[in-house]
Amino acid sequence: MKIRLLAGLLALGLATACGGATVESAPSATPAEGSASASAPTGTVKIAINPWVGYEASANVVAYLLKNELGYTVELPEIKEQLAWEGFETGDVDVIIENWGHPDLKKQFIEEKKTAVEAGSTGNKGVIGWYIPKWMADEHPDITDWKNLNKYADLFKTSESGGKGQLLFGDPSYVSNEAALIKNLKLNFKIVTGGSEAALIKGAQQAQAQKKPLLFYFWDPHWLFSKTELVRVKLPEWTEGCDADPKKVACDYPEMDLDKIVSTRFAQSGGKAYELVKNFSWTNEDQNAVADDMTNGGMTGEEAAKKWVEANPAKWQAWIPQ
Amino acid sequence: MSSTAVSTPSGLRVPGWLAPAGVAVLFAAAYLVFRGTGTLPHDSEAPQFAAVTELREWIDDHRNDNPVFLYFLNYVRLFVGGVYGLFHGALTALGWPGLIGVMGALAWLAGGWRIALPAVAGFCSFGVLGLWESSVETLALVAAAVLLSLAIGVPLGIWAGLSRRAHRAVTPVLDVMQIMPTFAYLAPLALFFHIGAPAGTIATMIYAIPPAIRITALAVQQVSPTAVEASASLGATRAQTLVKVHLPLARSTMALAVNQTIMMALSMVVIANLINAPGLGSDIILGLSRAQVGIMLPAGVAIVVMAMVLDRMTVSVARRGPHSRIGRAGLAGAGALAAAGVTLGLVLPHEWPEALTVDLVAEINDAVLWAETSWYGVTTFIKDTTSYLLLNPLESLFTTAPWWLVAAAVLLAAWRVSGVRPALTALGCLLAIALLGTWEHAMRTMTTVAVAVSVTLVIGLLLGVAAARSARWSAVQRPVLDAAQTMPAFVYLLPALALFGTTRFTAIFASIVYAVPPVVRLVEEGIRNVPGTVVEAAASAGSTPGQLLWKVQLPMARRAILLAANQGIVMTLAMVVVGGLVGAGALGYDVVLGFSQRTDFGMGFIAGVATVLLGVMLDRITQGADRRPSPHQRKVT
Repeated sequence: MKIRLLAGLLALGLATACGGATVESAPSATPAEGSASASAPTGTVKIAINPWVGYEASANVVAYLLKNELGYTVELPEIKEQLAWEGFETGDVDVIIENWGHPDLKKQFIEEKKTAVEAGSTGNKGVIGWYIPKWMADEHPDITDWKNLNKYADLFKTSESGGKGQLLFGDPSYVSNEAALIKNLKLNFKIVTGGSEAALIKGAQQAQAQKKPLLFYFWDPHWLFSKTELVRVKLPEWTEGCDADPKKVACDYPEMDLDKIVSTRFAQSGGKAYELVKNFSWTNEDQNAVADDMTNGGMTGEEAAKKWVEANPAKWQAWIPQ
Repeated sequence: MSSTAVSTPSGLRVPGWLAPAGVAVLFAAAYLVFRGTGTLPHDSEAPQFAAVTELREWIDDHRNDNPVFLYFLNYVRLFVGGVYGLFHGALTALGWPGLIGVMGALAWLAGGWRIALPAVAGFCSFGVLGLWESSVETLALVAAAVLLSLAIGVPLGIWAGLSRRAHRAVTPVLDVMQIMPTFAYLAPLALFFHIGAPAGTIATMIYAIPPAIRITALAVQQVSPTAVEASASLGATRAQTLVKVHLPLARSTMALAVNQTIMMALSMVVIANLINAPGLGSDIILGLSRAQVGIMLPAGVAIVVMAMVLDRMTVSVARRGPHSRIGRAGLAGAGALAAAGVTLGLVLPHEWPEALTVDLVAEINDAVLWAETSWYGVTTFIKDTTSYLLLNPLESLFTTAPWWLVAAAVLLAAWRVSGVRPALTALGCLLAIALLGTWEHAMRTMTTVAVAVSVTLVIGLLLGVAAARSARWSAVQRPVLDAAQTMPAFVYLLPALALFGTTRFTAIFASIVYAVPPVVRLVEEGIRNVPGTVVEAAASAGSTPGQLLWKVQLPMARRAILLAANQGIVMTLAMVVVGGLVGAGALGYDVVLGFSQRTDFGMGFIAGVATVLLGVMLDRITQGADRRPSPHQRKVT
């Protein structure tokens, strides 16, 4: 058996020429074969799915159009934000459809390793922040200023927060300055990880409906804002460069222009699929409508995408490459 | 234990409980005096973590130009990926009717139509659940991992079975591999083999190889020496003896090795998804990140069904006599089934027909929501009571105690239970945890483990004693325990998650359910193995059943109970660490975070190492079961 293993290794070694093996030469790494020259493009596009519903909404609409308008096969692998960037290199990912900043990853993967390239804005504006249910702001008007958070820390205590106030966080992979903010603003709070977007939504809905205190991490665009009244807590205002060093962040999140990232390979050989991804751009309202259908309308991603596509032909027809 | 003091004639002798009680008082006093000093609070920016993160960045930058990667590691990755691709390609090419037919035929060959029928039904259920593609990916990954594990494990096992020296060299390595929580493997693997299917396959292999080696070695050792001698005296060469005598005679045990390897591989499916391995695991993780049990449950069911089908197939091969042959009818049936499947596969479309799937996601989610809202009061009460009364005080005890006090307590406890050498090993592990900068989180994890293990032992003892005393209870309980033990570990997380949300308690609940069956079994066996003469003697001397239990059966089963505690601890730790996925926090969460945020990779990596150290430490504290005589024997000698 060992001999077979060696033989296999040797055979593969010969197959990949004598230059040694790089990660990209792995057989699992099949790039999207949307042949640019052929008239009827066929191939597989892998759009990474990050774990929040707004992202899924965008991914499903693009996937729907790739499938039904351009005839591609689309895979939607569940990969978290930062791993997805690594997936560009191994060939597990072609497209990240909604990227939230990540200047460090851009520097590393776009500038240094050159495995990824930017593919333009999604048209969505994204802001991360700390929120409380509206009833709390009504009862304690000064609570919306971070300077007063410590005064109210006791309200936010739970069995998991170890005697401090609880700051409910989402999926471990989300963009986060929370640890640095709590440390640098000297807040008497502890991050408790709910583990998912759903945990945040459930927490927020319960907090408003049952008048339970809750301070939590959340973001816009999100359908939840149209269903539950939430108030943002003001952190020290964001200024250019105040969040340059992740350990020294003591300011709020900036408004981000969400953008698309694709693998260099896909940009070069993705053909029409790449063109479509590049052209894709819509508003926060569009995304929220699809996301709402997916979460509250009992639709699958594909059904919700179909509904939006049928209702908004003018918008998406502009994305289809000629 | 005060009863011992009463029963010993008082007077000159110091009662046996005085020394431990004195030590306990001493520790309590030391804690009260030094509380809050000498603690080692967690710092997520510790230099140790940063160093590993930098190493990772370096490796990422040089993955494609460093010779070790270019000429070795990347080839391994390529080869393993190739094997996976081969299996995946072949299984997909068969189409769903082909695969079902071929699996049915294999099952028929393994154990007749009684095995084939459930196998066919089981594989159909993957399609019905709407998980055909994920299931094929998982099957391909398991097949690749099992094949490669056996390719490495069986020769090593044969070698270890034939040569005593090899056996001695291999055993300690296997010991450590088996108490290592699976989570700990992932970070180093991602470092060397990147992410994706190949890395997932390799992670699964590392977990699946130890039982392959161990059971093969056992199988070869068990071959009767007379048969070996007879063959040697007839002039057979060593190779002939191996191939013609050892292997055929060891066949049924070796089928068991295959069985165990498959089971191990299946239990890695979910965890391997953290480094982006494909398959059913990704559906579980998807459900986890959407907090939808409705997505997770069908995938969990599919994994359990796959485990059961493969288990029954391999077990029935193991049960067959060494020289039995498959009848002509069986061959015909199997052949027909495979042929029919493959032909249908060529005719029918490749994808499982959508009309035949049942979508239960919404229904399950509704049921879970109903359970959540209507049992909210009870579950919250249980969770909060445990957290406030047990978990939080214990956690603050461990985290505010000076490190040297904890170290002294561990040293003493291990010394008393297991002897000097294990005690020193345990101490070494604990000090290493401190040096790595993971002290506080290790203490938190230890708290969770301690709570889970205590509850597990209480339940395990109760059920074990009940089973040992009543044959009827034992008969009722046994099939449940059997079923529970073939299920992959994380399956227990799902109901726990549905009931308790993402908290530490979820992990505790799941690990209790996971660890109780083997504990019950060990306790029951221990009590049953108390010699009947002793029991009768005690009974005829007028002991009440209660006295019989407390004075005779439990003390004499001490060894088995300690072994049960040891097993319970190792299993609970593994589960609590996986519980990092569902809110258990501490070391397990650090590992998860290490995969989610690049800047925390170092912390996750080191947290993985720390769980291994914690596992070795807890194992050493309780492993005295095998070495030290029971108090009963000590008194006699």
